[in-house]
Amino acid sequence: MQKRVVFRNWWLPYLLVAPQVAVTLVFFIWPAYQALESSLYIEDAFGFSRNFVGLENFEALWRDPSYLRSFRTTLVFGLSVTVLSMGMALALALAANRVIRAATTYRTFLIWPYAVAPALAGVLWFFMMNPSLGIVAYWLEAVFGYDWNHYVNGNQALIMVIIAAAWKQISYNFLFFLAGLQSIPKSLIEAAAIDGASPARRFWTVVFPLLSPTTFFLLVVNLVYAFFDTFAIIHATTSGGPADSTSILVYKVYNTGFVGQDYGSSAAQSVVLMVLVIAMTAIQFRFVERKVTY
Amino acid sequence: MVENRPLLTFLTHAVLILGVAFLCFPVWMALVASTHPGEALSRSPIPLWFGDQAVENYTQLLTGGVPATGGVPLSQMLWNSFVMAIGITVGKIAISLTTAYAIVYFRFPFRMVFFWLIFITLMLPVEVRILPTYDVVASLGMLNTYSGLIIPLVASATATFLFRQFFLTVPDELVEAARIDRAGPLRFFWDILLPLSRTNIAALFIILFIYGWNQYLWPLLITTDQDLYTIVMGIQRMANVGEEVPIWHYTMGTAILAMIPPVFVVLAMQRLFVKGLVESEK
Repeated sequence: MQKRVVFRNWWLPYLLVAPQVAVTLVFFIWPAYQALESSLYIEDAFGFSRNFVGLENFEALWRDPSYLRSFRTTLVFGLSVTVLSMGMALALALAANRVIRAATTYRTFLIWPYAVAPALAGVLWFFMMNPSLGIVAYWLEAVFGYDWNHYVNGNQALIMVIIAAAWKQISYNFLFFLAGLQSIPKSLIEAAAIDGASPARRFWTVVFPLLSPTTFFLLVVNLVYAFFDTFAIIHATTSGGPADSTSILVYKVYNTGFVGQDYGSSAAQSVVLMVLVIAMTAIQFRFVERKVTY
Repeated sequence: MVENRPLLTFLTHAVLILGVAFLCFPVWMALVASTHPGEALSRSPIPLWFGDQAVENYTQLLTGGVPATGGVPLSQMLWNSFVMAIGITVGKIAISLTTAYAIVYFRFPFRMVFFWLIFITLMLPVEVRILPTYDVVASLGMLNTYSGLIIPLVASATATFLFRQFFLTVPDELVEAARIDRAGPLRFFWDILLPLSRTNIAALFIILFIYGWNQYLWPLLITTDQDLYTIVMGIQRMANVGEEVPIWHYTMGTAILAMIPPVFVVLAMQRLFVKGLVESEK
């Protein structure tokens, strides 16, 4: 945790940590405390007075069907994005780990979408799937006779934002899977091959189990990404619609607080999200600890 | 490769080519769309090959802007994004370096309190404290300023941990040697520790630049002045126009301009990027 040899100075270390601690206190801890506090109050419409109501804001959320629906939407969205992007990334990483020819070229073409902002990923797919002129919507209509209109159909809107969110995340997962695959000792795979195991069998009995720390790590990271970082995708394209069908929890906090001006409820939603992040971060760190001793 | 299986090799390349196509196709369509006049994009199917309006479209975007964003030229938005991204990156690296240095190389009361305080920020992304943070920034008079865009985002638990981890691997003998030569703590930091951290700083710089450039919710909250819009946030005004039809050739041109700087950074410094990504997540 610390050096054996240290410097002695009674004021310098405080000066060195001051900027970071100041920013943390002012912009992180204090607002978080404020959110906790105002989740226990109901403010009147003009902001003149507020009444302590205990957990009433949370109870109201629990009874609010649109909030429960948003919870379900978030789960469906998060799980779909995670499974879709991790699945594709694993397939690509397995392939990239196997090729010899053009390996670097493939890798270059596969990693750049990491740099594309979620908002831009959303806008790109919004354009591709636009019902009147998007090329994907056109193909769906021409080849399958399928009518695509995410402005009207809530499920289609959800599918669109899922694809956009997963598309952006593939590069990230790909890099971690590739690093995981490269750290598996070649001798294990060769031994399995000598024993006559087919490539598919080698994957399921040797590679996949050895990859499980990476998989678990990515699972948590992807869920956090899908729950929190995808606000931009939703906001820039569907605005939570049609009829709230793409209104995930983060979007709802923003909408309740900034557009609806309902401070108490927005704060209560913030607290629910905070609990969610804390739980997920805790899981992630426990896993990292385990990996260290492993 | 363990054995030679031509069919599997074929399948491998097929998977990779499909993957590359899936990842590149949306950007291809955006590039193509941004080179056509508006009318070409008003009926389906839209062209799959470049048009002849590239120069006109991009000139209009960079100098004249688009009505939907109040006619702010995109060069202004790109500049804002650049200032914000660089400000966040430099700020995060600077204060994380000093914090990590203090925590590793000094023994002082409340050391662990500070450490845990910074650790907690990992669990409080902007998204979960939107309104109160907005209130704080508003009461400090930092709405619609560059400092409001930058300062609230410069705390970084990940960067602090990364540097702390790295400092712990630096041999103690260096400190002893420095002390024998009568170098003070600041001198040691500046002349020995910083040069040693160069690669780590560079790798982190790439990751943080992308993070800063791609910020969306934060600029959306605290800028109402069009002259301070960042490009990633500004595109939302063009795409999400409610009942109207977006001006697609301009919107796609904007998307392309907005993704060029971070994508360029990733491609130009691929090895450092991979290092930074893998290490900052540990």
